[in-house]
Amino acid sequence: MDVLVDGARQAVALLVSGDAEVLNVLWTSLKVSGTATLIALLLGIPAGAALALARFPGRTLVVSAVNTGMGLPPVVVGLFVTILLWRSGPLGVLEILYTPTAIVIAQAVIAAPIVTGITLAAVQNVPAAFRLQLVGLGASRAQMVWVTLREARLPMLAAIMAGFGGVISEIGASMMVGGNIKGETRTLTTAMVLETGKGNFDVAIALSVLLLALVFAINWALTAVQQRR
Amino acid sequence: MRRLLSFVVALILSVAVTASAQAPGSKTVILSTTTSTQDSGLLDVLLPLFEKQSGYTVKAISVGTGQALALAARGEADVTLAHAPAVEKKYVTEGKMHDRRLVMYNDFLVIGPEADPAKIRGEKSVVAALKKIAETGARFVSRGDKSGTHVLEQTLWKAAGLTPAAPWYIESGQGMGSTLGIANDRQAYTLTDRATMLAFSKRVALKPMVEGDKLLLNVYSVMEVNPANGPKVNTAGGKAFADWMLSSETQAVIKTFGVDKYGQPLFVPIAGKKDEDF
Repeated sequence: MDVLVDGARQAVALLVSGDAEVLNVLWTSLKVSGTATLIALLLGIPAGAALALARFPGRTLVVSAVNTGMGLPPVVVGLFVTILLWRSGPLGVLEILYTPTAIVIAQAVIAAPIVTGITLAAVQNVPAAFRLQLVGLGASRAQMVWVTLREARLPMLAAIMAGFGGVISEIGASMMVGGNIKGETRTLTTAMVLETGKGNFDVAIALSVLLLALVFAINWALTAVQQRR
Repeated sequence: MRRLLSFVVALILSVAVTASAQAPGSKTVILSTTTSTQDSGLLDVLLPLFEKQSGYTVKAISVGTGQALALAARGEADVTLAHAPAVEKKYVTEGKMHDRRLVMYNDFLVIGPEADPAKIRGEKSVVAALKKIAETGARFVSRGDKSGTHVLEQTLWKAAGLTPAAPWYIESGQGMGSTLGIANDRQAYTLTDRATMLAFSKRVALKPMVEGDKLLLNVYSVMEVNPANGPKVNTAGGKAFADWMLSSETQAVIKTFGVDKYGQPLFVPIAGKKDEDF
């Protein structure tokens, strides 16, 4: 128990003192997972909306694939992205393995199906009669999609929370494609594994307190927007 | 919406720019190494010194020795610091690695519960101790991950003419720190390097049982990667790092590393020595 109390105390101390290394790790996590979530939104919202509104043969298969993708194990994504980015791999010319960009790519792959799946569900929840009415009132197809998305915006905030929460807390992909390099690709979760491996349990607990606080703060802000009336 | 979009684009670009600035060009050296060099904190002391003196940026990838050598053999690293002489020599013979040079050593020891069910405390021969553990069926936790520690453990079981098996033989499949935790929890024996044991001395109640056997030497070597292993191997950078590890200044840093924290050094520098000297 004493280790938990020490950890919480140390978390506060690390933040208050502005420990450069901890701030760097915190910023890396935020930057990488934030960018990955934004990319996932850019890909997932159009894809989810299109899947919700379109009817084509094999649609059930695609939707099933998206739903499976929502549970993609980060370590699987990490392994495949690592192999693609190896110097000897097909994307080796980019030379981005063991950089924050590599983690962004892996995390975007993890978050995109989550955003797509939740957008799909949110848009499908908008009654079909509402869309028909829009068209009846003379809306173009683009206008209809835009208004439908606006109507689904509250449940779609859940997509942002789920996507961001999923990637900022994952470890498998960050460790593999980032390499946990000090000052560069060390994120909150990989730093936690390292400190545990070093036997510095108090620092590891301090980092986990920071991670939880960070995720909570972001979800709080998003929930405030979502619940605003 | 437009403002959000421009923000997103700016963010992506900024990440891409920072990334390209850090892309492994000729000024970046990828070092594949073992977890013990990182977990002991040695890399945190050495790498900034090397980066400052040489102008290179080092990306240290800390994995088990097996994986560290496998990455190097694919040309995914430029230089390797490992501690499994038998495996290392195999890679050198196959031409995947070259210029293997000894850097430092410390030692492994067998630790176990205070009660010592296999009665091995003070045993001089580690092979004899392992035989006793197997005979009594006392629990033993193995890394089981092809790390340098695991490779040595397998060699020792082989020397004892035994094939350890469940139920008394437990494979953790994890790093040294987690394995120590499991051994402590199960009141089992395990093989550990001294640096990690010292780092965990506060949380692990297991006691040293067998130490000082010549077979328990833990020798770290640096090896350069054959550029034919893959595209883009940074030969010059790898050599610069290997040479630097053996310089007298670096060896002096290694000699005193850990004294402030543990009251004793964690590694003994041995630049210039050969395998036959041990």
